[in-house]
This record gives sequence, C-alpha cells and structure tokens, in this order.
Amino acid sequence: MSDLRDLYQEVILEHSKAPRNYRESPTANRKAEGFNPLCGDRFTVYLTLDGESIRDVSFQGSGCAISKASASMMTQSVKGKSVAEAAKLFESFHRLVTGLGHGNGDAELGKLTVFSGVSQFPARVKCATLAWHTLEAALEGKQETTTE
Amino acid sequence: MSIAAKTVSGTRLDLARVRADFPILEQRVHGQPLVYLDNAATSQKPRQVIETISRYYEETNSNVHRGVHYLSEQATNEYEAVRTIAKEFLNAADPREIIFVRGTTEGINLVAQSYGRMHVDAGDEILITAMEHHSNIVPWQILANERGATLRAAPINDEGELDMEAFSRLLGPKTRLVAITHVSNALGTINPVRRIVEMAHSWNVPVLVDGAQAVPHMKADVQALGCDFYTFSGHKVYGPTGIGILYGKSALLEKMPPYQGGGDMIISVTLEKTVYNRLPYKFEAGTPDIAGVIGLGAALNYVNRLGIENVGAHESTVLAYATAAVSTIPGLRVIGTAKEKAGVLSFTLENIHPHDIGTILDQEGIAIRTGHHCSQPVMQHFGVEATARASFALYNTKEEVDRLVRGIEKVREVFR
Repeated sequence: MSDLRDLYQEVILEHSKAPRNYRESPTANRKAEGFNPLCGDRFTVYLTLDGESIRDVSFQGSGCAISKASASMMTQSVKGKSVAEAAKLFESFHRLVTGLGHGNGDAELGKLTVFSGVSQFPARVKCATLAWHTLEAALEGKQETTTE
Repeated sequence: MSIAAKTVSGTRLDLARVRADFPILEQRVHGQPLVYLDNAATSQKPRQVIETISRYYEETNSNVHRGVHYLSEQATNEYEAVRTIAKEFLNAADPREIIFVRGTTEGINLVAQSYGRMHVDAGDEILITAMEHHSNIVPWQILANERGATLRAAPINDEGELDMEAFSRLLGPKTRLVAITHVSNALGTINPVRRIVEMAHSWNVPVLVDGAQAVPHMKADVQALGCDFYTFSGHKVYGPTGIGILYGKSALLEKMPPYQGGGDMIISVTLEKTVYNRLPYKFEAGTPDIAGVIGLGAALNYVNRLGIENVGAHESTVLAYATAAVSTIPGLRVIGTAKEKAGVLSFTLENIHPHDIGTILDQEGIAIRTGHHCSQPVMQHFGVEATARASFALYNTKEEVDRLVRGIEKVREVFR
C-alpha cells in the first residue's frame, strides 16, 4: 500500500479528477496528438507559441489517472516558459519518473516531484510521459507521436 | 491460501491436486499469493509440460525427418505422435490435416496468404465479425488490399453477441471466405459456429475458425462444427509459446500453394524446379519448433486426462460466481453479457481507468489484463477505450475470485 500511495498521491488523484487547462485552444498555432497504442491513451495538446515563448497550452483526451494528471500538471508547469526551458523541464521530469534522480543542472521540478513514485512502476512511465512527448511533438511541429 | 480439495461442487476436478501441478502458482507477488487471472493472454504451464520439454532437450534433442541415427528417429517419432494427439484433440479425419504453426496468428496468415491469394480476386468479399482479435482482421485487410477485394464485418449487439441476421445478409455470391472467432477474447462470447458454417456452406463459402480462446474451455470437434480451417495457439492451452495448430480439410490443403519455401517442404529441388512435399509437410518449411510440438503434446494430454468437459464445467462455475460477485460493486459495468460465454469477465469501473485498476490489483498479487485486448473494434462498439479483463483457467478458484472482489474494493478506496 505504501508503494501505491507513492504512485497515487492526493495531488495526482485530484488533477486526474479535475484536470487543469482541459480545453481546446482557439488561439493555438500548434497541435499534436499523442497516442499510446498499447493502452489506448490518447491526448491532444494545443499550443500557442509566441516566438520562443509558450503563451498558452491546453489539452484534451482520455487516459488513466497518471497520464491525465501528468498532462494537467504539464500544462501548468510549461505555461509562460520558453521552448528551451520546457524541453529542459521534460528532460528533468523524464529522469525523475525513470528513477535516474535529480542531476546537476536539472531544471527545478517543483510540484512535478509528486510523480517520483512512478519510478517504482516501470510499466507506468509511458503513462506519465505521454503528454510530455506530445508537447515535444507539438513544439517540433509534428502532428502526432506515440509512446510504447 | 489453502484450498480444500472440493472447493467447487458439481465438478470433477481435484483443485488442490491440479494447482500443485503448476509450480508458478506457488509464487508470491508483492508479498501476496499470486492470483493469476490473465489466462486469456497466456495460461500457466503444468510440471508435466515443463518436464517433457526438459527431458526432450536432455535425452532426445535432434533434428526431425532427416537423420538415419537413433536420436533423430526418436525425435521424429515423438514429434509425429503429437500430430496424432492433435488430430484426436480436434477430432480431425486425418493427421495430415494437422499443420504445426507458430500460433493462431500464423495459422490465419497461412490461410490468408495461401488459400486467400488463390481464391480471392478483385470485387470479391471476405466476411469477418466486429468481435475479432486483430489477428483475425489484419491478415484479411492485407489480403483484401492486395487483391482489390472488400473486407466486411458482421456487427454485434450490446450483449456482445453476433447479429446473426446481419451476418446472413452480408453472406452472398461475392463472399469467398468467412473468418470468425469461436470465443471472443475480449468478451467471452461463444459464437454459434455450427450454424455459421451451415449458412456459409449454403453459399459454398469455406469457414476459418479462430479457436485460440475456445480450445482451453470446450471440446472443439472440427467434424461436428463442419468448419474448413480451425487454428489455435498452444500457449493458451497450457503448452509452450511459439507453437500452434492449423487444421484444414485435406481436400482444400491439397490444392493450396505452400506458404513458405525451404527445407522439409520439398520432395526434390533443382535450380530450375522444385517438387513440393505431400501434406502436411508442404506447409512446414524449415526445422520446426520440435520441443514446442512435443511440449504441446504433453499439454493436450494433460487436458485430456482431466477431461475438457470437467475443465469447462469448473470454469463455468467460477465465471458465474465471479459475474455474480462483481455485479454488487457500485459503478462496475460488465462488458460482454452474452448468454453463451466462456472464461472471460471484462469490466470497467466508473471514473477509474482500467490501467489504474490493473496497477492496484497487481500490488495485491492479482494479475489481470487491462487495455483494448487487441480488439479495438470491440472497444469502439461499447464506447470504451479499454477494459479490465479477468480470465479464468482450470486452476482458478472461488477464493481467488473473492480476492479479486476485495482488490476491486481497494481500487475504489484509492480513488475515493
């Protein structure tokens, strides 16, 4: 049960039930769809880029509690950041959920550290990173991405 | 967990003894005794199968159909004996109608590529159903695309049963082949194969049956069913992975071109021309999975010894018990409520994704499958992305179902 509570922290459950920025964006100039073919999780990330700055980010779709909460908190944490900062944040987040820890020069993860429990559940890493991969695809101007 | 010898009344399985045959079931997972309810994905293997494979490698290992030496003769005899065991298991008319393949998927692909390429042309139709596993959809899509033919799928109703009226309307003079599952992997529905075969044969259309989810639970008698092809995987019926059976009526197999070329499938080869071997070897190119075949033989013998009717009766009892037990859980929806079902309990929980159910149950030592079960069209029909699926085998008990129910209560607590 202790492992389970590490995974399903209150903040994560709360975000999965009431995801933030869960909407289409009328101003979006980038959009990408992320799909996990193994489990059917599917998210669309809408991005409003103003030069190198992420002015707005939102998402829609369906998935498990981990993937939905991660998408919700991703939108909160990259909004207002530069493209380079967001990419760096994803790198740090990826290290966190794969259990590689916090390295030198890693971005400050803040609230995202609630996902540290994911590292004990290797099968769920792809859930936690789906929205981030989708964000990355949108930033690179790709239409879709998959995680397996 | 101790299991009394007669936990299940009305069936003739000695569960304690049966469970003792499966070494893996003694295991603890996350500190809890393993409850293995992912049998539709793959079943566990009894000691009899594991020991047969070890013994083969320790005492008999040799190539088949080639050597004049003692070991090769022994290996060939044991290998060919399994063909007869499989022939009897399916009640085929002739052991030459039994082809060893890698599994159900290869069995279907063999028929699609060999029979299909020969008989399906532009404008023709292939008929399947909306409850097929991807392995009984994609090979036909590939064939249809290649030949300019059309793939049609008969719909299912909200219980997860085939709409027989729609099926009969979709059959017609353009239909070249019907491919249908005997038991649905995602829903557990048992299809009325005999009737389907009669309907198809009235149009002179042959029928392939995907038996992967049927043979572990019920007698599959190909002559009684009347089907033209029947295929199943060894690993779902207590045998090893990588081996399966394709049954085909000899009259059809004789006329079909080989699926793959190579050694063992030939009579003579010159650089200009090859004479193909007779049945069944025409379809068995290359060194086969000899240990797999011999292991499969041990698995079929194991099931025969228990009696497939006893196995099926026990599993029906457990499935009925599980269905009744979960029906009291608030927010739980059973997906697939056909009158005739075998082995599978698919469900969703309101506002809780199946993956989260799977992870939490795993922490309780309970193994289930979550996801689309390689049946995305079925998921689309029921308007869900995924389901949680508990699937039962001959060694599962009512006590394990109780653990599942307590596990689901735990899931609801975490998400309260």
